[in-house]
Amino acid sequence: MKASVFDMLGPIMVGPSSSHTAGAVRLGLMARKVLGGKPQEARILLHGSFAETGKGHGTHLALTAGLLGMQPDDERIRFAPKLAEEAGMNIIFENVNLGEVHPNSVKFYLTGNNKEKAVIRGASIGGGRIVITEVDEFTVEFTGEYPTLILLYADSPGMIAEITKILAQAGINIAQMRVAREGKGKRALAIIETDELLISEVIEKIKQLSKIERVMFIEPLS
Amino acid sequence: MRTYQELIEKALEKKTAISEIILNEEAENTGQPRELLLKKMQQNYFVMQEAVANGLTGKWKSFSGLVGGDAALMENFRIQKKSLLGERVNQAAARAIAVAEVNAGMGRIVAAPTAGSCGVLPGVLLTVRDILGCSDEKVIMSLFTAAGLGMVIAERASVSGAEGGCQAEIGSAAGMAAAAAVELAGGLPATTAHAAALALKSFLGLVCDPVAGLVEVPCVKRNAMAAVIALTAAEMALAGIKSAIPLDEVIDAMASIGRSMPCSLKETAQGGLAVTPTALNIKSRGQIL
Repeated sequence: MKASVFDMLGPIMVGPSSSHTAGAVRLGLMARKVLGGKPQEARILLHGSFAETGKGHGTHLALTAGLLGMQPDDERIRFAPKLAEEAGMNIIFENVNLGEVHPNSVKFYLTGNNKEKAVIRGASIGGGRIVITEVDEFTVEFTGEYPTLILLYADSPGMIAEITKILAQAGINIAQMRVAREGKGKRALAIIETDELLISEVIEKIKQLSKIERVMFIEPLS
Repeated sequence: MRTYQELIEKALEKKTAISEIILNEEAENTGQPRELLLKKMQQNYFVMQEAVANGLTGKWKSFSGLVGGDAALMENFRIQKKSLLGERVNQAAARAIAVAEVNAGMGRIVAAPTAGSCGVLPGVLLTVRDILGCSDEKVIMSLFTAAGLGMVIAERASVSGAEGGCQAEIGSAAGMAAAAAVELAGGLPATTAHAAALALKSFLGLVCDPVAGLVEVPCVKRNAMAAVIALTAAEMALAGIKSAIPLDEVIDAMASIGRSMPCSLKETAQGGLAVTPTALNIKSRGQIL
């Protein structure tokens, strides 16, 4: 990726580390977006460098702040645990070995207010940039830099065509797209990163498709 | 790969400053209007000033307790009229430490180019502004020159300590600050390159060996050193001193040194200062949180 002026001077962020602090806030924010709201319970597994030097870099505070919906430049990040407590959020951290993954990896097990659940794994890959690598047992790869549509459906011929037709009709351009499945005719997952934001009618139309099990739309991180 | 030399040539051809070339290119590449880009850079400049003011209060402590309060010590020393460096250079160093201390204490800063090296540009540029009485607009423009050099370094080498050692972070920041300072002082585009090359050469080979893996020791104090070297490099270049090795070749040398540096000296805390008895003691005490 070509650097821009504001990759060299920026981001504006709360320190001390773009990867261990700013990136960690964004991972928390992304996990919250995948869940679709404020988590009530969070079990957060820290791997590698996040586990080893996380405390001194405020990684715990940053992940908590992200779950609270704060941005990486929010000066309240250092008070995140207290704010989480006030918000009735119950968070536990564990240091673990997640195996052959990026050294700055984290895995969230989240439960929302209405008992909805989400499992998200991601990594902070430098300069505050992140990549989400797992959502609810599915291996994925998206950065949160684009509007992202995550679709869970029964694998069948023509599904992708139907989905992309809805997007095309709404004038939405696809930037990146990945498709994976558990096996032929079994559950499949599509990750579609778009140039434009999706309005709720478009998301509803996709939800109406017969084989669709779940639709998640994640707005880009700012 | 892009070169800084081509930026100089474009600036000469259009009879303008490097900052103008960078600003126009960014507007073209991103499709964002010039005014918006200037506004974004102004925001960076505001946050830099805010961080300097914040840090000089001396109230910041890192979670490990390893750093904090040094910017205020430096500032007090100046106020007592005891400075050896002279008031201005003392200020540049104090401001650089101030911003780096705010970073270590989880305050708000602008990564420039990284969080670990965030003090160098504000330390140098606010001080050059004060010496010369430059307008805020001029300082904001000079930040585009700094960023332009940063982009060349990021493409030809790296600005990450994990990839290129500390030379890539603090060295790049010093080079960027030196180039911007020369432009702010009215130097020619070619002079910005000499200043950056002189600064960058002073950091070649510098390893990234943070104690306990934290962006604290030696990072915070290196910001002050880099600010003073950047000012010296700018002064030398403005005086007509040239770098014998052109800037682009210095950047390539930095890249090659970074590649041959062992992993233990690239932000892994497995070598250098990080494995001294005192550092290991600090780490084992777990003087953290």
